[in-house]
Amino acid sequence: MPVPLSHFLFVAGLLLVIGIFGIFMNRKNIIIIMMSIELILLAANLNFVAFSGALHDMVGQVFTMFVLTVAAAEAAIGLAILVIYFRNRGSIEVEDVTLMKG
Amino acid sequence: MIINLAFDLFALILLASAVMVVSARNPVHSVLFLILAFINAAVLFLMAGAEFLAMVLVIVYVGAVAVLFMFVVMMLDVNFAQLREGFQRYAPIGALVAVILFVELALVVTGWTVAPGAAAARMFPTPEHITNAQALGSLIYTKYLVLFQLAGIILLVSMIGAIVLTHRDRRRGKQQNLDTQHTRLPADTLTMVSAKLGEGAAMPIGQEEQH
Repeated sequence: MPVPLSHFLFVAGLLLVIGIFGIFMNRKNIIIIMMSIELILLAANLNFVAFSGALHDMVGQVFTMFVLTVAAAEAAIGLAILVIYFRNRGSIEVEDVTLMKG
Repeated sequence: MIINLAFDLFALILLASAVMVVSARNPVHSVLFLILAFINAAVLFLMAGAEFLAMVLVIVYVGAVAVLFMFVVMMLDVNFAQLREGFQRYAPIGALVAVILFVELALVVTGWTVAPGAAAARMFPTPEHITNAQALGSLIYTKYLVLFQLAGIILLVSMIGAIVLTHRDRRRGKQQNLDTQHTRLPADTLTMVSAKLGEGAAMPIGQEEQH
């Protein structure tokens, strides 16, 4: 791998931090929160692939594929829940989700 | 040397578009920047030597997940300006947590070395002289076959779940209801009228409203 591993780790770390920052910033908008989760998973994938390339081990890429699968499934289910929630309540504000609150 | 410059360029675009994802005013712009981030991440995957996964990232993420996000953003009639309330309020604490986390990560990243026996402990060293897709395929269809099938089942379950959750049974116009048809008894609905000769059959008075 021509690019040193530490560069990849730096970029992936920054990406993860940006994702977590996005969750904090968009406390009300659950769509942006889900996009932030996608960014965090992308950072994890980038780490897996970078280590796989640096150590010449294929297992990192196999695991990246599974992470991609779970991320896609999570996005589909999450957006479906979001759509029916909007249909029932007419709002997607996170703070409105208080049905379970006593 | 030029690959290092290219890496810096694509990483910069990736991080900038990630920042735009979380800070754009319009969620549609957020989704578009998310697509840009995925494409740049795919280029970084290419540089790390994972060609197949780079293509998977473009196809699955840009082609499916980001488009799914776009559908939902455009379908929901949400007042997005209202959802941005508190953006300024949470910025300091978010920035604080982000800085702390990044410092921790930087300490971890700069403070480790590869163990001397790590190269021998690899499970599947990347084979030489065959393509990345071939190497990945020779692994997931043999050693990781069960996990691969499980991943497929996860996708199937999520697909069925999403359909079940969002499917609306809209009944437009008149339709047969087979249950009511089959449970209908002649005694409930049928009245025998004995018509007199030459008078025709009229419904007896008082029975018009029966059904």
